[in-house]
Amino acid sequence: MEDAARLLQLVINGAAGGCIYGVIALGFVLIYKASEMINFAQGDLMMLGGFVAFSLIAGMGLNYWVGAALAIAIMAVFGFLLDSVVLRRVIGQPQFAVIMLTLGLGFIFRAAAGISFGYGSVTFVTPFTNKVENFGDIAIGQDSLSIVFGTVVLCAVLYAFFSKTRIGIAMQAASQNQLAAYCMGIPVRTIFSLIWGISAAASAVAGILLAPSTVLDVNMGFLGFKAFAAAVLGGFGSIPGALVGGVVIGIVEQLAGYYLPAGFQDVTWNSMLLLVLIVRPQGLFAETQRKKV
Amino acid sequence: MSVDPILRVSNIETYYGQIQAIRSVSLEVPRGRIVAVLGANGAGKSTILRTVSGLMDPERGSVSFDGKDIVHMAPDLVMRRGMCHVPEGREIFPFLTVSDNLAMGAYTRRDIDGIARDMDVCFSYFPVLRERASQRAGLLSGGEQQMLAISRALMGRPKLLLLDEPSLGLSPILVTQIFNIIRRINQEQGVSILLVEQNAHIALKTADYGYILEVGRIVLQDECRVLLEREDIREFYLGQKDTGVRGARRWKRKKLWRS
Repeated sequence: MEDAARLLQLVINGAAGGCIYGVIALGFVLIYKASEMINFAQGDLMMLGGFVAFSLIAGMGLNYWVGAALAIAIMAVFGFLLDSVVLRRVIGQPQFAVIMLTLGLGFIFRAAAGISFGYGSVTFVTPFTNKVENFGDIAIGQDSLSIVFGTVVLCAVLYAFFSKTRIGIAMQAASQNQLAAYCMGIPVRTIFSLIWGISAAASAVAGILLAPSTVLDVNMGFLGFKAFAAAVLGGFGSIPGALVGGVVIGIVEQLAGYYLPAGFQDVTWNSMLLLVLIVRPQGLFAETQRKKV
Repeated sequence: MSVDPILRVSNIETYYGQIQAIRSVSLEVPRGRIVAVLGANGAGKSTILRTVSGLMDPERGSVSFDGKDIVHMAPDLVMRRGMCHVPEGREIFPFLTVSDNLAMGAYTRRDIDGIARDMDVCFSYFPVLRERASQRAGLLSGGEQQMLAISRALMGRPKLLLLDEPSLGLSPILVTQIFNIIRRINQEQGVSILLVEQNAHIALKTADYGYILEVGRIVLQDECRVLLEREDIREFYLGQKDTGVRGARRWKRKKLWRS
């Protein structure tokens, strides 16, 4: 019984961490589906989101919820501008240019955050910090619960947005067929910038959800690489796949940290990625479509 | 030259990189008429449509639509002025349902009642789309996808419809069916149509006025009924051979236009 409870606890904690990967992976996938760009600065956007929330909540003393909402909005605008001012210029260039550009942007973001917030680690108080819920034998931190709950809410909101609203469906349309979208009078460029905005906002949500359980520092963006693995695992281009990929990586990592000797934790997610690439290279949830002629 | 045509294209030249695809093409679509551009593979038919709708920019020349110069205008803005382009190869949104595809055709409109009415009109033209309204468009057959692409363009309430090879890859029965509808759309809704086709026979039967395009140049233009009667058109574009009393032989026949 003891073991079962422990296992469940590990799985839930892993799933919470995995939700963070999943949310960042969702940002990767949204941008990739729309513009076939891979934004390697996605993790750093999460870091920026966390720091913006930190300066609003801890620095300016705003209420947690107001500060969080404001930080998400600021990051959405930031993402929109990032696409419409910077990334727009490399459209039509080789894929490699986009990779270099976004990697470079990541460096800039880290440096900018370091200069403005310092290279030490910071933290701010949230309603979920250091609180524990007990379910029978199992004790689960509210920070983990808030991550899972926040991810579910975010996904529900995004799902409703993409499937029910006119602009959300137009985003899907523009991702599926840019040429046809232009012919329908859909302003494809603005739509793509909006997708960048949503993607940056999702990363900010990840940063804010992560805040109660860890400290913020400028290098936390490297978590983005695990999120990238999650996106590949789920079949790059599938949103549910990205989330499942994230949760799977989170759980495996957590279990490996407990049951395997020290050091294996950091290898497992890479090994899983390799395994999936060998066994099912299109990813777990690949959406494929052949064009009829 | 007709008075106040819906579309007037003057001397456009369009390049793909270094390669010139169309050489000084001029054409007109009078209001409420169907105009066809005929030509073989690689003649530059699609390029003309892409240049007109703003998907490509011409090096030289002008395009005026409904009395307004639209050269170098972004394609989504051109569409908002009332020109719907149905690109070659039925570019539908494969993962959206049929009805969402149609709703996207009406993206620029806000009148919900009008959109619902127009969707019914589309369903009356192509009843099969009503049956499949909630299916993913990618699952439709080729012919159904073409019907969807045409309907989706109609949802934008265009003044001018650009159709790029609506017969591509369809069975002869479907081709006749689709061209009948094209004719009906033109007559019932008064939509002007610029049509690009390889299937010269059906295009000349459907359209009012025709242009013949060869390697990027317009070599011949006339009323379709006149074109249908011309010996050279009959032989080179319709594949019909008159075996007269003297049995005219293939090598004696010449195109009577300069290409």
